[in-house]
Order: sequence, then C-alpha cells, then structure tokens
Amino acid sequence: MEHVSLPPLSRVAICGGTHGNEMSGVYLVREMQKQKVDQAGSVSITTVLSNPRAVDACRRYTDTDLNRCFTKGLLSAPITDSTPYELKRAQELNSQLGPKGSKEAVDLLCDVHNTTANMGLCLIFYSIDWITLHIYKYIQSKMTSTPVRVIQLDIPISEAYSLESVGKHGFAIEVGPQPNGVLRADIFNMVKEAVDLTIEWLQGFNSGSTFEGGEVEAYNLVKSVDYPRDPTSNEITAAIHPQLQDNDFKLLRPGDPMFQSFSGEMVEYEGEELYPFFVNECAYYEKKIAFHLAKKITLTFPPISVKKD
Amino acid sequence: MSAYKNSVCFNEARRVAIFGGTHGNEMSGVTLVNLWVKNSAEIQRKGVETKPFIANPKAVEKCTRYVDTDLNRAFSPENLSAPGGDDLPYEVQRAQEINRIFGPKGSPEAYDVIFDLHNTTSNMGCTLILESSKDHFNLQMMNYIKKAITPASCLVLLNEHPLLKYSTSRSVAKHPVGLEVGPQPQGVLRSNIFEAMRVILKHALDFIELFNEGPVCNTLETLLAEMEYKFIGMEFPPCTVEVFWVSERIDYPRDANGNIIAMVHPNLQDCDWEPLNPGDPMFQTFDGKTIHYQGSGTVYPTFINEAAYYEKQQAFVTTRRETLVASAIRKA
Repeated sequence: MEHVSLPPLSRVAICGGTHGNEMSGVYLVREMQKQKVDQAGSVSITTVLSNPRAVDACRRYTDTDLNRCFTKGLLSAPITDSTPYELKRAQELNSQLGPKGSKEAVDLLCDVHNTTANMGLCLIFYSIDWITLHIYKYIQSKMTSTPVRVIQLDIPISEAYSLESVGKHGFAIEVGPQPNGVLRADIFNMVKEAVDLTIEWLQGFNSGSTFEGGEVEAYNLVKSVDYPRDPTSNEITAAIHPQLQDNDFKLLRPGDPMFQSFSGEMVEYEGEELYPFFVNECAYYEKKIAFHLAKKITLTFPPISVKKD
Repeated sequence: MSAYKNSVCFNEARRVAIFGGTHGNEMSGVTLVNLWVKNSAEIQRKGVETKPFIANPKAVEKCTRYVDTDLNRAFSPENLSAPGGDDLPYEVQRAQEINRIFGPKGSPEAYDVIFDLHNTTSNMGCTLILESSKDHFNLQMMNYIKKAITPASCLVLLNEHPLLKYSTSRSVAKHPVGLEVGPQPQGVLRSNIFEAMRVILKHALDFIELFNEGPVCNTLETLLAEMEYKFIGMEFPPCTVEVFWVSERIDYPRDANGNIIAMVHPNLQDCDWEPLNPGDPMFQTFDGKTIHYQGSGTVYPTFINEAAYYEKQQAFVTTRRETLVASAIRKA
C-alpha cells in the first residue's frame, strides 16, 4: 500500500469514568490529574472524568447510558428541565472535546472501560482508521502481560453513538475481567501501560518517524445472542455454560455448549462458526445480550508518517 | 440417653428460611430463591417447613446492593425497635418486617435456621459464615457439609468479634448461617458459582432432616456410609471444626481527602485464605511502589478486594486459624 502522510496529532484526550463503576479509567484519570499530566513532549493531554455523578454513586449511569448519547441527533437535541443528566453531559463533553466532526475536535480520544468479561485488553473502534491500527500494532508488539486484540464495529461514523467518536480519531480501551466497583492492580497496570504506549506512539509520530504498514487480525462484530428467557416474566432461565464462560475469543462451533439452564439442561450453539466476546458482561443483561459474536478479518494498512509542511 | 459427656440438646429444627437478595446485586441467591419460590420441590425435606424469601426486593429490582442503607447491617436492637414507620430508611422498615415474620430476634418464636445467600467479588470459594463459636448445632452442620462435599472445599469464617461483628438479616434466627460464594462480579450470574451454592444448600437441608428424623431411607444410609460419617442412634458425635476467626479489618491507604492511594498488591489479590506474613507485599501504589504487611505474625486474609467494602473502609480482613470442638448434639 502507498505511504500516507497525516497532520500531526498534537491533542489527545484520555477519558475515564464514562461508566461510573468501571474503576481503572476513574483512577487513571484521577491519578493523571493529581500528577498534573497535561503535556508529553509534542502531545498535549486532556484528562476527563466523563460521568462525575455516576462515578460518585459508583454506578454505570444515573439516568441513561452516557456511552450511547453521542449520536449527531442527540448531541444537537434541545435541552429542557426533563433532559436526562447524561444527555446534558454528552453535550458538555462534545463542546469540550469536539465538536464532533469539526476541526476543533481533539485529534485522538481514548476512552477507558472495564468489562466483567474475560477479554484481556481490546481496542474497540468503528470504521477503519490508520491511526488506530498503527497504535494497536504498537501496543500489541510491546505488551506481554495480556493478549491485545482489536474489535471493529461496522457502524458508519454518522451513526456512531459512543464518546470516542467525538475525536477526529478515537478508540475505546476495554480491559477485563474486572467486577464493577473493584480496582484490580493487574488490570490497572495494563490500562496504564496501554495509555502510556499510545502517548509514546503519538510522540514518535509527531517527531517524524515512519511506521511500517502491515496486516492485523481484527474481530468484526456480526451479531449478538440473548439469554433464554421465560416468555411471561422475561426473566432469564439459564446462565452462560461453564465451557463458554471466560472463553472470549475462543471459536464457538455449532454443537458447542452455550447456556446451562437452571433445571440442568445444556443449550447448544447453532449457527456459523464465530468468535464470542463480551461473554457475561454485567451491563449487557439489561441490553438483552449474553454475548457478541464476531468473524475474524484481516486489515491491511499503509506505512504512515507525519505530514511535514 | 446420650453416648457422650456434654452432649447438647436442641429442639427439632422445623422452621427454616433461605434468604436471597439481602444484597440485591448478588445474583446466585436471588436466582435460586426465585426458582424455589416458583417450585420448592428441591428444598423440601421431611418434617421441615423451608421458606425461600427475597430479603430486599427493592434492591433486587434495581440490581443494587441496597436502596437507603445496607440491610445486612440493619438488624441492631435500636433499628428493630425504632419508631417512625414510613419515615425510616427503607431497609430499616424492611428489617422490622423481617423480624416480625421470622423473629422476633432472641425469642422462642424465632425461626430455627436462616440460610443467607451471598456472593463476593473476592476469591473466597465456598465459605460458611458462623456468628458464634458456641453454636454447636451450626458447628455440627458445617462439619457435615464440609465432609459431604469432599474433595471440594468449603471453609468456615467465624465472625465473632466484639467490634467487627454486625447485625445481619440472618441473626433473627436461632441458628444463623451465612453462605458466601465467590468470586462473582455484582450483577453477574456465573453458572459454576450458582451450582456450588445449590449443592451446599442441599447438604445443609439434608443435615437438618437427618437431625430431626434420623436416616430417612436406605439411600441416605448408603450415602452416610460412603462419607464415613458416624451417626449413632439419633446423635451426632463430637467433632472438630477448623475455623478462620476474624481478627482485624485493614483499610486501603488513603490521602487526606479519603481517596484511595494504593491498590491491593497483585501478590495478595485473589489469595484469600493463604498465609500473609510480616514483610509480604500488601498494597501497590499507582506508580508501582510496594507497601508491605507490618503485622506481628502470620495472618490469613479474606474478603480481599470486595467491591462493597470500599465504602466500609475495608481492603481485606485478617483471620487466625483455630480449631473449635463441637459437642455431640441430639434433638430434644
């Protein structure tokens, strides 16, 4: 592929506490603010506690999930007294770090999340973006403490609903497994390392280094599977099967155990061979998702370097 | 009548309750109790009335630990007799209601046994929580359960401490039994954790039936023989029970504003019940420095990094290992 030149990436935002009970991001941002981290060489760093009310209450959200509030429509909706807190907050964040789609938006927005699923470290992004892929390749080559993967959601930017879509470039850093409300040192250290490597890459990029192109394997979201539920009460009637539990990214084949009902029966997976992730994520019970399924794709990306004037 | 000196008599345990959802986001108990409310066949035993009960329904509905205040700390004498009705915090009102249904606490009318089902984010495995070192009925039950699930393990935590002991929902009964299984995140249902809790309860109810009725059928006698459990006449012989006795609560290091400045050290994380020696790593600061345990001797930590205890100023509790002797018991 042909070499690509891009303008310098001089403004990065590190966001934590978009979900108030996902503790790595909360404590990372607090720590960076305590240490007054605002510049690293050529990179100016803004740290943001995205949902302070939810952080105070140690809950995912107070009225509605903040990380679904960043569509163009919701960002331009009129604010009234009855507007949910998170919608108002999303518009504040959009003014501070965006506006989304404009040239004032931060160059890169990293949003730190945790999951109760055994996903190791994942970068999650929307459409193909050379910057994200290069940062992923860099992190993956340097981090040995956990598997590092990349997940692509095939949603056009115009419909993107989450915080990282506010930046010119953006991705979520999702690390697990960690329970809500718990701060694990091993998970925190992975998150810190990934953020430090991201900033390191940006500095390298801005200083004129050329980063070789290449190929990476990515997981492309195909569909989601809900729990079996009682038709009258809508209560779940089975749990993730022990052989699927904690086996995110292990190929799921037709006939493999999927759920274990409370009365002891095993429910098998039927369908094409796919890779499960977000297996038994706490916050997804209410979204009617037991796990997501992805296909593996190969993404090719060009060598890049900073555009010199 | 008894084969043993110091044999203790108890009335038959005829009224038993199983509480789920004392904390609304601890899913194993919530799920099991909801199942049994619909169909209680699994928990029926000859001669026992076993009532499954959701202790904190508002918290369960919101999938939160509590609404106003922790129900599992609400059963103090002051709370149970507080006037004020609807003005009281929800959980205090609920505690009074539970005390009416299953108590009154401390009276002869109180339920014989309450099993209180909990989950923890700590790597505690299956843990039985005992409130009194002198409850020979409970000690014998816990000994029975431990033997019944061998080679799987179930440890006993004794929370008898003048300052650290708290007023639990199960304390309304004559024989309160806490059942704590982890690790499981709040709001999450893990199949292995759910099934482990279910098995422990099965054995607990079998014990009660055995105590009340003796061996009920040939199958049970065979099972007992296989467990090498000596049940003589209608009496359980004396036994010893290893317990982990709660000593001290250790908080996170905090700054002047009360914010945590260090995390449970990776070497201590998930090491519930393993010895912690003076000098061992205990906490790790955000920039990677180690804070060491400074106690005077070896302790056995548990409830390591329990989500709900950050606000209670507790990173873990220390325990000491002791062996208790349970007297022989028989029914009156």
